[in-house]
Amino acid sequence: MHVTHRIVSKRQLSEEVFRMEIEAPYIAQERKAGQFVIVQYDQEYSERIPLTIADADPDRGTITLIFQTVGASTHRLALKEPGDEVIVLGPLGNPTHIENFGWAVCVGGGIGLAPLYPIARALKDAGNRLTVISGARTRDLLIMQEELAAVADEHIVVTDDGSFGRKALVTAPLEELCRRTPPPDIVVAIGPPIMMKFCAQTTRPFGVKTLVSLNTIMIDGTGMCGGCRVTVGDKVKFVCVDGPEFDGHLVDWDNMLSRLGAYRQQEQTAHEQCHLEMQLRTLQEERS
Amino acid sequence: MTHRTDMNMDPASLELAKWRSTPLTPRTRLQIPAQDMPCQDPAVRRANMQEVALGYTPAQAMLEAERCLQCKNAPCIAGCPVRVDIPAFIGKIKEGDFLEAARIIKRTNLLPSICGRVCPQEKQCQEPCTVGKALGGVEKAVQIGRLERFVADYERAQGAVDIPRVPASTGKRVAIVGAGPAGLTCAADVRREGHEVTIFEAFHKVGGVMVYGIPEFRLPKALVAAEAQVLETMGVSFELSFLVGRTRPLLSLLQKDGFDAVFIGTGAGLPKFMDIPGENLVGVFSANEYLTRANLMKAYERGKAGTPIYPSRRVAVLGGGNVAMDAARMALRLGAEEVRVLYRRTRDEMPARAEEVEHAMEEGIIFDFLKSPTRVLGDDTGRVAALEVLSYELGEPDESGRRRPVPIRGSETIIPFDTVIVAIGNESNPLISRTTPELKVDRHGHILVDERQKTSIERVYAGGDIVLGSATVILAMGEGRRAAAAINEILQ
Ligand SMILES: Cc1cc2nc3c(=O)[nH]c(=O)nc-3n(C[C@H](O)[C@H](O)[C@H](O)COP(=O)(O)OP(=O)(O)OC[C@H]3O[C@@H](n4cnc5c(N)ncnc54)[C@H](O)[C@@H]3O)c2cc1C
Ligand code: FES
Repeated sequence: MHVTHRIVSKRQLSEEVFRMEIEAPYIAQERKAGQFVIVQYDQEYSERIPLTIADADPDRGTITLIFQTVGASTHRLALKEPGDEVIVLGPLGNPTHIENFGWAVCVGGGIGLAPLYPIARALKDAGNRLTVISGARTRDLLIMQEELAAVADEHIVVTDDGSFGRKALVTAPLEELCRRTPPPDIVVAIGPPIMMKFCAQTTRPFGVKTLVSLNTIMIDGTGMCGGCRVTVGDKVKFVCVDGPEFDGHLVDWDNMLSRLGAYRQQEQTAHEQCHLEMQLRTLQEERS
Repeated sequence: MTHRTDMNMDPASLELAKWRSTPLTPRTRLQIPAQDMPCQDPAVRRANMQEVALGYTPAQAMLEAERCLQCKNAPCIAGCPVRVDIPAFIGKIKEGDFLEAARIIKRTNLLPSICGRVCPQEKQCQEPCTVGKALGGVEKAVQIGRLERFVADYERAQGAVDIPRVPASTGKRVAIVGAGPAGLTCAADVRREGHEVTIFEAFHKVGGVMVYGIPEFRLPKALVAAEAQVLETMGVSFELSFLVGRTRPLLSLLQKDGFDAVFIGTGAGLPKFMDIPGENLVGVFSANEYLTRANLMKAYERGKAGTPIYPSRRVAVLGGGNVAMDAARMALRLGAEEVRVLYRRTRDEMPARAEEVEHAMEEGIIFDFLKSPTRVLGDDTGRVAALEVLSYELGEPDESGRRRPVPIRGSETIIPFDTVIVAIGNESNPLISRTTPELKVDRHGHILVDERQKTSIERVYAGGDIVLGSATVILAMGEGRRAAAAINEILQ
């Protein structure tokens, strides 16, 4: 039975952020900006982890994933090495609708900068004037900066702690851009849900259309379970098949945020367990 | 399986000897009581995942087989969707030739160990059984399903499962989309003609609903894996975690990848919700999600599984079918203190297999008939706190002859729950039809096929739940088999 895909390379971008290139020729060929995959570190017990495709190389037949170790499952994934096998399903979700809107502003926060990059590039290729706002907690977590700077006509960088660029949240420069005349024709915001919520709130008074890419809890990723459902403008939508991108002004953010927290307690316990295991492993390695 | 080893220790063998001491006549056969299925004690099993029904002993099977009158007109065969030669296989059980009995079933039914466990026999083969009719109750019919299960398990335990012979390759290639019962059956039948077969499956395991939906305690996953193994030994290839329509467009399989025909068996797989306020609160799940977490993702093996399951104490399950029974009994096994099934009609109308309803009741699931929720109420953190429930009474019969449930005005009550599992059915997953506009579907999204399972696209066939809507394992198999016959014909 053919189930798994080989990891070609792995690089640690910061303490918590990893970049993996995985052999997946069909996905590399079919994927478009905005789509994601579901990854499992084994066939028996792994959780199904949705990760946006950061890049793909159809000639090499590989895709690139960038992820942050936020819980037990992403930690286990990060332990895999080149040559190891993982399960990858995709490409999932609808591609971003790309056209020449005029002036496009792409806002990325933390790990969200990874999925933002292919969208920014596609918007640029379609003829848009492109402004990119990159934000992160601290300098170390700013990723994809070279790539984004290369495609952006204007690149604004902010950090929460001021360790790089401006000391601000992404919403500050976003608001300034909205105040220009004419305002942006489209904003695409990808990052932590709370950031996307505030980006949508920032652009709403200006009537600037704002797309967000939702990262809900998922199981199958094929529309089979409804675990990923969100309320968008009074309608129930399945993020994995109807999304992942939605009009940020229509998303019921409070409901989406509380649904994201459904398993917080179990996740914390598992995460702590995972840290313990890793510490034990390092101890054992040091001893032997 | 120790309980099968020693015939002499088995009380049923004494019974059998007693009944056989004089030549059996139809009259005396009717006096043999239907053999109960040995089961795990309800108090024990409600806390474990192991199979509930343990299976007949050989003596029990032979005794049950003696109840069969071997009717010339065999109404049971007409009741079986794939027309298993029931009197013939039961005849072999009487003789003690269990392997031959298994072979007879397998001529028409590829997966007897599975069908013996999950078919709604009381609505199919056992419904018209002469014995049941004579004794005035379908529950007294010959227990055909239990016998089917017995011979299939016996064959496997003996290591006597024979792998169908596959002739030299014809060089023709067939793609099967979906590894549920429809796809697996179609794959086997096509492979038997010597064609190359590749099964593409979205999940990381083979079996469709049999692995993600139906729980371990009703259908052990090892059985499904064994069936997949048989196909592999026959030379069928599997591409798992492969979503046709996304990983590869359907038509590319024919146009670019060199397949000569495609069978689509992608199942139902789009959960229906009630469409009532509060349904997106934390703690409301589709049965698909709840069962997939528990079964496929093994959330019940806490500490090992990466996938969490919601910590529930008071669970409401909405619906009255097999899916509702599975979800309710799973919730109980995962530690819920109280599980209630809310159903809009009464027990008589429940579409679930009779045995599952009985088992659920024995295990302490509470049934609230003639009740349906109108609202899910949440607490201030967005989690489920209660259901507002409306009561119904049975009114005039509707077109189907069933008495229609009519809401009783002003009867709303509030019942506290922390978890709600919606099990009111599935619609068809639109992924393939959305990504393949040439494929004709009806307004429910079911793929339209002709009497040979051919779709609106040449060389593309479909069957199972994606054509029928939520149906059954055996009907899905029947469609897979019919499609295989048509495919084999065009590839000649
Ligand atoms: C909880 C539950 C309990 C049930 N209990 C019973 C019972 O007791 N008795 C009974 O007879 N029936 C029962 N049923 C119904 C029965 O399981 C189904 O009718 C039957 O499995 C349908 O078979 P199928 O092959 O058409 O589809 P499925 O079993 O649904 O299999 C379809 C497969 O296709 C895969 N797939 C979907 N889309 C794609 C794609 N685009 N590319 C690749 N793969 C894809 C899916 O992942 C799945 O594995 C139950 C159903 C459920 C949900
Ligand atoms: S993840 Fe299951 S429907 Fe979206």
